[in-house]
Amino acid sequence: MNAILALEDGTWYRGVAAGATGEAHGEVVFNTSMTGYQEVLTDPSYAGQIVTMTAPQIGNYGVAPGDGESQTPQVAGFVMREASPVASNWRADGSLRDYLIRHNIVAIADIDTRALTRVLRSAGVMRGVIGTGPVDPDALVAKARAIPKMEGADLVKDVTCDHAFAWRDRSTASQEAEQKEFGIAPGRRASRKLTVAAYDFGVKWNILRRLDAYGCDVHVFPAKAPASELLALSPDGIFLSNGPGDPAVLDYAISNVKTLLEAERPMFGICLGHQIMGLAVGADTFKLKFGHRGANHPVKELQSGKVEITSQNHGFAVDPQSLPAHIVVTHENLYDGTVEGFRHKDKPIFSVQYHPEASPGPHDADYLFQQFLDAMEKR
Amino acid sequence: MPRRTDIKRVLVIGSGPIVIGQACEFDYSGTQACKALRAEGLEVVLVNSNPATIMTDPELADQTYVEPLTPEVLEAIIAKEKPDAVLPTVGGQTALNLAVQLHELGILQKYGVKLIGAQIDSIKVAEDRLLFRNAMEEIGVEVPKSGVAKTLDDALAIVDTVGFPAIIRPSFTLGGVGGGIAYNIDEFKELVGRGLSLSPVHEILVEESVIGWKEFELEVMRDVADNYVVICSIENIDPMGVHTGDSITVAPALTLTDKEYQRMRDLGRRIIRRVGVETGGSNIQFAVNPEDGRIVAIEMNPRVSRSSALASKATGFPIAKIAAKLALGYHLDEIPNDITRLTPASFEPTIDYIVVKFPRWNFEKFPQADPTLTTQMKSVGEAMAIGRTFKEAFLKAVRSLEHGKRGTLFPTTPENGLDPEEDDTALRKRLVVPTDRRMWALFRALQRGWTVETIHDLTKIDPWFLEQFRQIVELKHMAGLGEFREMSTDLLRTLKRAGFADADIALIYDVDESLVRQRRLDDGLVPAYKRIDTCAAEFESFTPYMYGTFEQVCEADPTEKKKVIILGSGPNRIGQGIEFDYCCCHAVFGFREEGFETVMVNCNPETVSTDYDTADRLYFEPLTFEDVMAIVERERSAGGSVACVVQFGGQTPLKLALALQEAGVEILGTTPDSIDLAEDRQRFSQLLWDLGVPQPSSGTAVSRDQAREVADRVGYPVVVRPSYVLGGRGMAIVFDQSSLDRYMAGAVDVSHDRPVLIDRFLEDAFELDVDAVADSTGAVVIGGIMEHIEEAGIHSGDSSCVVPAFMVAERHLHTIRDYTRRIARALKVVGLMNIQYAIKDDTVYVLEVNPRSSRTVPYISKATGTPMAKIAARVAAGRTLAELSLVDDLTACGVFVKSPVFPFVRFPGVDTILGPEMKSTGEVMGGADNFGSAFNKAMLSAGQKLPENGCVFISVNDSDKPTVLPIAKDLTALGFTLSATRGTAAFLEQHGLAVEMVYKVNEGRPNVADHLVNRDIDMVINTPLGRDSFFDDLAVRRAATMAQVPCITTLTGASAAVSAIRALRTHTLSVRSLQDYYNGAPVRT
Repeated sequence: MNAILALEDGTWYRGVAAGATGEAHGEVVFNTSMTGYQEVLTDPSYAGQIVTMTAPQIGNYGVAPGDGESQTPQVAGFVMREASPVASNWRADGSLRDYLIRHNIVAIADIDTRALTRVLRSAGVMRGVIGTGPVDPDALVAKARAIPKMEGADLVKDVTCDHAFAWRDRSTASQEAEQKEFGIAPGRRASRKLTVAAYDFGVKWNILRRLDAYGCDVHVFPAKAPASELLALSPDGIFLSNGPGDPAVLDYAISNVKTLLEAERPMFGICLGHQIMGLAVGADTFKLKFGHRGANHPVKELQSGKVEITSQNHGFAVDPQSLPAHIVVTHENLYDGTVEGFRHKDKPIFSVQYHPEASPGPHDADYLFQQFLDAMEKR
Repeated sequence: MPRRTDIKRVLVIGSGPIVIGQACEFDYSGTQACKALRAEGLEVVLVNSNPATIMTDPELADQTYVEPLTPEVLEAIIAKEKPDAVLPTVGGQTALNLAVQLHELGILQKYGVKLIGAQIDSIKVAEDRLLFRNAMEEIGVEVPKSGVAKTLDDALAIVDTVGFPAIIRPSFTLGGVGGGIAYNIDEFKELVGRGLSLSPVHEILVEESVIGWKEFELEVMRDVADNYVVICSIENIDPMGVHTGDSITVAPALTLTDKEYQRMRDLGRRIIRRVGVETGGSNIQFAVNPEDGRIVAIEMNPRVSRSSALASKATGFPIAKIAAKLALGYHLDEIPNDITRLTPASFEPTIDYIVVKFPRWNFEKFPQADPTLTTQMKSVGEAMAIGRTFKEAFLKAVRSLEHGKRGTLFPTTPENGLDPEEDDTALRKRLVVPTDRRMWALFRALQRGWTVETIHDLTKIDPWFLEQFRQIVELKHMAGLGEFREMSTDLLRTLKRAGFADADIALIYDVDESLVRQRRLDDGLVPAYKRIDTCAAEFESFTPYMYGTFEQVCEADPTEKKKVIILGSGPNRIGQGIEFDYCCCHAVFGFREEGFETVMVNCNPETVSTDYDTADRLYFEPLTFEDVMAIVERERSAGGSVACVVQFGGQTPLKLALALQEAGVEILGTTPDSIDLAEDRQRFSQLLWDLGVPQPSSGTAVSRDQAREVADRVGYPVVVRPSYVLGGRGMAIVFDQSSLDRYMAGAVDVSHDRPVLIDRFLEDAFELDVDAVADSTGAVVIGGIMEHIEEAGIHSGDSSCVVPAFMVAERHLHTIRDYTRRIARALKVVGLMNIQYAIKDDTVYVLEVNPRSSRTVPYISKATGTPMAKIAARVAAGRTLAELSLVDDLTACGVFVKSPVFPFVRFPGVDTILGPEMKSTGEVMGGADNFGSAFNKAMLSAGQKLPENGCVFISVNDSDKPTVLPIAKDLTALGFTLSATRGTAAFLEQHGLAVEMVYKVNEGRPNVADHLVNRDIDMVINTPLGRDSFFDDLAVRRAATMAQVPCITTLTGASAAVSAIRALRTHTLSVRSLQDYYNGAPVRT
């Protein structure tokens, strides 16, 4: 079946349907990771986005039960150069195509994804629509233009959990096995029982798996849970998760984090959590032209000078000029100099823009979980 | 951190001659390293025995030594040049082994020279199988079960625990030489024996077989601050059991989940840390069990490698260049990425295309060799292709191989590989046992309807790849259902997007390729060119490094400048190797100086020509008419003039010349018509006749009777060969009618267009090669007259030769110069020309003229200090030789001997005798101020260490006996003892020499082979004795090859060896840089 991807700038690409039929609307972005399409599909930070994989052969190893980053695919739509009809891997329990259809994700393949990526790189991310079957490209372009912009929209409310839960209770045997098989051995395990209260702004499961691997009891709270609910648990540390969309509109989260910052507890934020923490300390955020999405960005840890190859997925960033004096930039992106991490000068409060939990991507930054552990134990 | 300041002068060790397992990739890496070091303001001293390299161009280093790669020679160079450091990681296994030797002999310590790039301990851990295994166990990295053996008994004990099949890997050998897979105890004993003798430390590893597991490689880099990046992952389509150099491989890895890939990446980091490579690149191989994902580490190379050259070309990340900078102490994040300019080298390239590498074998040259692919590499070259999908890249790779008719995966006639007789059992076996032709068998199986599951069971190739192949066959089948005229544009587009060439489609429909081309152009289906940019388009790229694909948006962005397209030489093969890539690079340099924008087209990832900063623009594409024409058309689209040059890349571009010209492409330099004139027997004979230049009488034949007639007319012996061949393929010398009949009966591909050529063979003649350059005014400058050391009948590429000629009368040299000029003018040569001459009975004959670059151009250029290929390019661009201040013929700046290097050690059972069919893979050059020393150096470089004393075994045929006598006398006078077979011994004794008689192989024991194995013989002189004793000779020569005893098969070679031995006695070892030769500086010892 034919399919068309239309962009708000009036251009469109003809390809073939590679997932569910129908229409998908969203902000079109590209991801340069060569592996890990299942992790990308299920990362809640991609809510509202149509993700283009720049790697041309997608679906080769199918989908595996333990490779999800949430219950279900989260992307608005999916764009590939060529989709594999077969799954070749000992862990696979189905093909990508069946998975996309089962989860009603509209996808398009057989288009010039490199040309599309170059457009997004030059013009910046754009709104777009994938339509399958006999569709009118001009009508799709019009629909793309009608999609609300991501700036100013709260996408977190759609992906956060409904009720608080303990990760241990939800963690499955297959996830445990995966962690054992593929997670790197944690530097050490917690020397005493540590409780982490985590805000779920669209959390990736691998973050929870890593905290668990380090020996923490992780309690996950909905994004709108008041700070008091987290503090009631008397946690050893607070964690702010990744998530989709514009951080600046998340007043409730920013205000809760402000409260928690006063609570004198170790705090660790990742991605959206990092941006929220930035806003809570009084800094500003801004939208990047085409964002960072991939698994190969070099980030420098400024104190040691060591370079980490990182997993990235964000469209917004913290403006370093706006950071208050008591906040120190700790990590910098070597591609464009943007802030990749900061910490409080005196308190065990820190965050990174990128994804130390990897999945997909390199494990270079796993030490940050240990850093969080150290801070909690010291308390 | 800035670079270390304690190093000002670096000795770079090259990899020596091209051999199987070590090819031009080390010219590429060495050249990059030299450039990078000099860009940092360091002085570079380079040593490499291979003159056909860009790295040995005198501009690339401050002092360039084309000298033997032995510890003694290196010590002399170190003593003279006093480098602060040695960089051993860009010259392959050869350079690493030398570094270890220099260390163990105390030479590094004695002269206070540091190693950079890799330390001795790291090299040892990586190279010594036992140390490596222990190190891996220490860091919890799983390796196959194994044990190290120094004797057969050790090995037998180990195989008890390891089980069969068992892998035998000798320590410290190159490309797995001497390794193998044993399925039973007999095979095991044989392989153990061979492995122990071939390992320089007489040690082997006996290893658990992981045959059939998936095989992966990671190209990794690490800096002194412990920053670690993976440049590229490579997946071998052929599973474990086939050497990675013989495997069809793909980048990036395509069948690993992120979880599996990241685990492998983590293992890579632990391994490079443990091995201790602190500054540079390494290659790590892994095997993955497809059943449960279990990963074991197989091996690690603490240096740049063939795979890292491939990875560099596949990603655009220049591993060797960065490795050189890291060796100086830079951190990865301090080095910019050339392609994006704005981002640093501390990242992991991400690619948005698929790269397929396909090896090129040459088994047709070695009919007795076993083409089974094992853990010992047998291929001589490789082609790489890039496409947006695997199918596209794969089909492009197949057509890049230039296999001719038998290259097609879709045979339609017996001529192109269809075999209706092949039964399922035979086909099954061809799938189970990997050989050079397995992929073709696999496609036959798919076309026969065999399922992916069946083929997976037989080959263990991952089902994902098999599914891709199945899709290709399905598309072919779909196309084949209809008529060409009815083919829809959609179908044509689908086929083109899947990588089908016009020629493939023509074959499917049985129509002429030109019709497909026309139809395709009518439908507006032309390739777009995408850039290789290391970042999947995330950032702008500033380097026009491109590949073609049937996509919408083209990024070629051609300029309006006047440009020339230089057609490269494709995959290395015997007869067409690095020499032609050298010439292509020089063509780039020459045309650039003449103000052209240079555009390179080539598909060989090992080469300097495919480095993105050699030419102004690089298209990594197959060298077919379709692919080249598409580039011409794209480059023209901006309005600038576009011409092609075909004379530098060997036969590959020449084959395209006429078609390109007919398509309206301007060919610079010698015209295609002149090229054709030289190739066309009849036209060419007529031309020589008109010029009054003698040639051996000759004729052509398409049948046995015709052949007999010609042979009777010209007189036996005759040289017979097929038309249009490379490297003497299928060429033979026949002495009588029955042999001629046999040849004609076996000759393939004979037709009226392609008759068998029959020339009178000039027995006992001396042969000479001439390289010259001519301009459009008719001026001709001769680069050199090279005298072959072996007599006539041995392919020029397999013959040692010397400049200046030293045994040829001046009047003959005069005649040769005169003929060369006349022929060049008659052929209207503009650019390079090579002529082969023979002198017999005081007459100079012309054997062959090639109006193009030749294998000897780099050698002559090095010997004379004049870059002939570059000059030829400038002349082709319109310059006159006079304008370039070239009036006189060139003179050699010393005595330089070129010697060939052979792959016999890899092909058990193959005769090492030389003949008209070329068999060498590479060459070396030895220089000195006298012939003997130069010849000795050349022999030493070629791995033949001539003895200074000991026993020489002589066995020659009757007609050679009088000639061998003075040689035997000289040897006796030099203090050698002689041994000989019965007939030769009797003859020598009759002439008053003391000779010990030894048995022939079939006469009893101990025989000559036993003596060779026992190292009782130090040199062998053996000329063929005729058909009856063929097998005996063969056994002697093979035994000598395996025992690494010099084996000389011609009498002129023997007499040269005597000169060399004499020189060894009288001259001390001296080394001299090319720069000193050119400046006339005296030899310093």
